[in-house]
Amino acid sequence: MFTAAAVAILITMVLAVTRAILGPTVYDRIVAVNMFGTKTVLIIAVVAFLKGRYDLLDIALAYALINFIGIVAVLKFFEYGEFSRGGRGRP
Amino acid sequence: MIGPVIDILLLSFMIVIALAVVRMRDLFGVAMLVSLFSLLCAGVFTVMDAADVAFTEAAVGAGISTILMLATLTRTARRERRRASGVSILPLTVVCITGALLVFGTSDLPRLGDPDAPIHKHVADRYLQRSGEEIGIPNVVTSILASYRGYDTLGETAVIFTAGIAVIALLGLRRRRPRPARRREGNDALGETTVVSTAAVADEPVQGRPEKGGDG
Repeated sequence: MFTAAAVAILITMVLAVTRAILGPTVYDRIVAVNMFGTKTVLIIAVVAFLKGRYDLLDIALAYALINFIGIVAVLKFFEYGEFSRGGRGRP
Repeated sequence: MIGPVIDILLLSFMIVIALAVVRMRDLFGVAMLVSLFSLLCAGVFTVMDAADVAFTEAAVGAGISTILMLATLTRTARRERRRASGVSILPLTVVCITGALLVFGTSDLPRLGDPDAPIHKHVADRYLQRSGEEIGIPNVVTSILASYRGYDTLGETAVIFTAGIAVIALLGLRRRRPRPARRREGNDALGETTVVSTAAVADEPVQGRPEKGGDG
């Protein structure tokens, strides 16, 4: 069962990498990278169950956090051009 | 079993992404792909049971350096300048010879996980047998890095922290208002440059111009 899950996740990773490389817009790439990060978390979790090393699950959780913060930072940066601004509107 | 398949696929993803990074001219896409590469690298480290190295790679490579690269992109151009096409013989030869030497050098290395490797003859036995009761961390690599070589890790952390502060001081990730050009203060010129280049980065999705990625 975990093998089937791993195969499915790997196929999804192939699709995400294809979209990240082909583009064509910036948002395609951002979504592809975000999705690939999620799939990395999942594949680590599956590997943890395959190998019986359950302490890897903590690392998978930390990856999820890093991925989320990274994507939010990229989006904010792309929208505003800097990190320290909130609110709406452009200068 | 599925284990080697996962390893091979992750490593081939890394090769594909590295080739795409070299070929691509859109630097925002390159930054995204490098972040992806870093995340994959961390995944490979995790699969190889080096959890804390993987954690460092994910935090520094996928997190901080992506943001720093984007911050650099707002100060520079969005696209890489086109170079003159054609193959340069001398660099290609040098790279091929160096790569061949490196591959030749790996033939002398012990296999991965070989218990008779020289590095496993010195103190590794003691780590493997005693670290569980001495430190109490299930992962031996983590207990070595965080406890047995704790001062070493502390020094590395200090170095990385200093480097991060220096980079932030160079890039200036602070609040910066677009000022009218009536006053001439010390850092006014820098502020104007920021605004202009920010607009250069942000205008892509506004105009909806489809950009061509991955062109050679």
